[in-house]
Amino acid sequence: MKKAAPYLVLVLVLAWVASTLRAPRNPAAFDVQGFGRLPVLVNGRLKPLDTVARSSLLQLQGRQTVTTPDGRRLQPVEWLLDVAFRPAKADTYQHFEIVNPDVLAVFNLRTTEGQGEKRFSLRQLEPKIAELQRQAKLADQVESAVRTPFQRGVLQIYGNLVHYQRLRHAFVSPGRPDFLGELLQFQDQVKAGVAAVRAKQAGQPHDESAAKAMTDIGERFVVMAESTTFLVVPPDAGNPDLTAWKSAGAALLETFRSGTVNPAALAYAGFGHAWHGEKPEQFNKLVELFRADLAKRFDAKLRKCDLETRFNAAQPFYTSSVLYALAFFVALFSWLVWPSLLGRSAFWIIAVAWAVATAGILCRMWLEGRPPVTNLYSSALFVGWGAVGLCLVLEAIYRNAIGSVAAGAIGFSTLVIAHHLSLSGDTMEMMRAVLDSNFWLATHVVVITAGYSATFLAGFLGIIYVLRGLLTRSLDRPTADALTRMTYGITCFAILFNFVGTILGGIWADQSWGRFWGWDPKENGALIIVLWNAIMLHARWGGIVRQRGFMALAIGGNIVTSWSWFGTNMLGVGLHSYGFTDAAFVALSSFVVSQLALIALANVPLKFWRSGPAGA
Amino acid sequence: MNDVTRQFRDFFTSLTLTVVLLVLGMVLVFAATLDQVNLGIWAVQEKYFRSFFVLAKFGDIPVPVFPGGYFIGGLMLINLIASHAYRFKATLRQLGIQLAHAGLILLLIGELFTGILQDDFSMRLTQEEPRNYSESFRENELAIVDTTDPKHDEVVAIPESIAARGETIQHPKLPFRVITRLYYPNSLIRNREAGTPASPAAIRATKGIGLNVDLTPLPITYKQDERNLPGAFVELVGSEGTIGTWVISADPRMPPQRFDYGGRNYNISLRFTRAYKDYTLTLLKFSHDKYSGTEIPKNFSSRIRLQTPGGADDREVLIYMNNPLRYAGYTFYQASFEPGNDKVTILQVVRNPSWLMPYIACSVMTLGLLWQFTIHLLGFIAKRRRTAPAAA
Repeated sequence: MKKAAPYLVLVLVLAWVASTLRAPRNPAAFDVQGFGRLPVLVNGRLKPLDTVARSSLLQLQGRQTVTTPDGRRLQPVEWLLDVAFRPAKADTYQHFEIVNPDVLAVFNLRTTEGQGEKRFSLRQLEPKIAELQRQAKLADQVESAVRTPFQRGVLQIYGNLVHYQRLRHAFVSPGRPDFLGELLQFQDQVKAGVAAVRAKQAGQPHDESAAKAMTDIGERFVVMAESTTFLVVPPDAGNPDLTAWKSAGAALLETFRSGTVNPAALAYAGFGHAWHGEKPEQFNKLVELFRADLAKRFDAKLRKCDLETRFNAAQPFYTSSVLYALAFFVALFSWLVWPSLLGRSAFWIIAVAWAVATAGILCRMWLEGRPPVTNLYSSALFVGWGAVGLCLVLEAIYRNAIGSVAAGAIGFSTLVIAHHLSLSGDTMEMMRAVLDSNFWLATHVVVITAGYSATFLAGFLGIIYVLRGLLTRSLDRPTADALTRMTYGITCFAILFNFVGTILGGIWADQSWGRFWGWDPKENGALIIVLWNAIMLHARWGGIVRQRGFMALAIGGNIVTSWSWFGTNMLGVGLHSYGFTDAAFVALSSFVVSQLALIALANVPLKFWRSGPAGA
Repeated sequence: MNDVTRQFRDFFTSLTLTVVLLVLGMVLVFAATLDQVNLGIWAVQEKYFRSFFVLAKFGDIPVPVFPGGYFIGGLMLINLIASHAYRFKATLRQLGIQLAHAGLILLLIGELFTGILQDDFSMRLTQEEPRNYSESFRENELAIVDTTDPKHDEVVAIPESIAARGETIQHPKLPFRVITRLYYPNSLIRNREAGTPASPAAIRATKGIGLNVDLTPLPITYKQDERNLPGAFVELVGSEGTIGTWVISADPRMPPQRFDYGGRNYNISLRFTRAYKDYTLTLLKFSHDKYSGTEIPKNFSSRIRLQTPGGADDREVLIYMNNPLRYAGYTFYQASFEPGNDKVTILQVVRNPSWLMPYIACSVMTLGLLWQFTIHLLGFIAKRRRTAPAAA
């Protein structure tokens, strides 16, 4: 029984993972999922509407679910459909997160009026929009680095309201319940109407009402075109540039020239009609026809969008983070009871979690056509992935659950970091020209990120050493020695990868810019990690530190690595500063303080260590 | 060996020294990174890395507060070479460590050479206008050009550092003396309206554009995307007394100012220090693509014609991101552009004769580290094999 138990755990975990991979179902008669798989071009990337809905929700409120005032839970795509086609309803949904009390005061709102005490609807914000605009204008004049939390909060909610406007104007003219009917009528009258407008401009006799109808609807198209950045209409048939997507508004404006309403723009008006009028058959038929039409030119892209939608629904990194957290506790308990049973179980849970994360990363790589690390978000995924991979190796060799505890903690925390980095929008961004080099992204960036993984892992092993030694009696001599050997081995791995990664960065810089080294903050950060690894190894070889000192130095590695990873981006100087993150500063500072505290704990005299002088 | 020599040897070959130097190096790099926010990347390199001591000013007195890059790097070099020489053993086990450290010695020497020899310039090309010089990012020069001969300009360029001193400058090629009456390291040109008081020192321009404009001093900027635009009041004095006083400024909007003296034509200007080349580059076409529907740059590229006067080289080259032109010891890379003006490209021009050193150094080091850690790993596996049966 004891031998079989870990495998039982493995089977259970696999069953749960399989359950997350099921195709998501439509909540009602509408083929919402099919609509969510339709592609649009946003921020330079062709992506399914499902991704647009999810990343919009993350940006607006930090989570992907919406609860309507009457208590229904909406899928992200349902929410998007309401925003686009039933704005009067969507305006009552509480999906704007405001946490800064001073910003709330601008709207004259109290936390008690918000859903979850922090989410508000457009209806609630509307009365004070003018005041918000004034505040945003004031805040915008301040350089971003020196803005107060209030100013940042104002600009954030302002940006979110702009984003919401863009969604509302992406498909149809908002607030026109029968936009489809208007378009069909417009289609019939456009030739005569244009003639009337021409005649009017030339001062000749003309049909005044026809001319006015044209200018009225034309103005609405202009507002649509100018209020959105979402390109939902595919390039015209025959246009060889398959990235030349356009906004619905721009496509509709072309009708004045061509005489026929763009079929894709008409299709979206049709979606609006069916959704607003609650006609599921019409809606589903339209999904089918529109998709079949797109498939003629975008078949490969459609399949990518299908996969991306499934990927979104499965949320592999969420699954993985739950498993990491579970494994962490299982492995921790294995130090107290049933070491073999719980230790093996933890190992298998980690292995499954890692496999899920691997699949997630591979999926992203295929969707983007890029190496694994392209921005801060993906670096967080990869740092965790690399560290857990090393932990699995350690655990396979040592079988003392130390690797599993480290894997659980690092895997979970890097995924939490990644989640917070994903709140700024779509995580699959287009690469800026200077970074657009798959070769260097695949070599320099991957190697240096693996170096980060190893340094963090060494640091975490140091933490385990200190906490176990100080707080428990479990750090006996063999465990302490094993931990030290692991840390030493990982540090050797770390210096190799950090060094080679830094050098590859230098070569990239020399190839691109004619200089090997420029003392740029990110370069300096990498150099500091290499120096720190070198200090650790030389101090140990020279007998300057012994076991405990070496472990304390390893914890220090966490500080220098987090500085290089995030701190350097906060300086806002140098060629590497494109990934600026605003709110992470507090998190980074508290992490550094916590690591300093752990180093201080490592220096507590041995007589206070519960494990006694074993950890000398 | 006497005691003192032994102490010397022990000091310079000790691992403690290594660790201390590594720690100092790390602190230096960290402090320099933070100071970039205030000083910008260039000033930081001079202050922290290309110096023996980091100086801090207390009042007006510079006081060394921390060892600089040359000091730490130099000691590291001595430490490395001494330990290498002293501990060297030709064994396979030691080979990895030896190689890694030999590579490091090369890397440090290479960085020293780079620090001394590397030069950066900027080259702004306008479509269809040939150019045979690049311009310094930070330095300026007072240029007086004799344009009498239509075929050939005679250029006298006085470095800013000399011109700023305010001493009388007598150049053998000039029939007059040059005296800087007033000098601002950073300044702004503004219109001189009738009735407004002249510049603080009551020095007035008597010739050229200075009759209409004046200079306002500005604080020196350290921002990376801004440059200081010095301005000056310069008086030229011939054998029969003063010729006149001119306002000159490094602001590119101020053109060179013409004057005649002794039957010859001259122009005077303060300009970005130029480095002339014996070939010309001409921008044929600058392209700048963005991702559809965004402002995210997708690529920039410049198609350029490269010509030498003798005609030995006359070809078109394409410079784009991650693909620079390497020619005659210089690297030209696509650095920037002027928003909204696709007739202009801005290249960065770098000269670094020791560019190969890091490549060699790093290959040697990487080999060494790989060797060392592979031996470690193999040893570890062999040890576990031996102990595993005992444990079972």
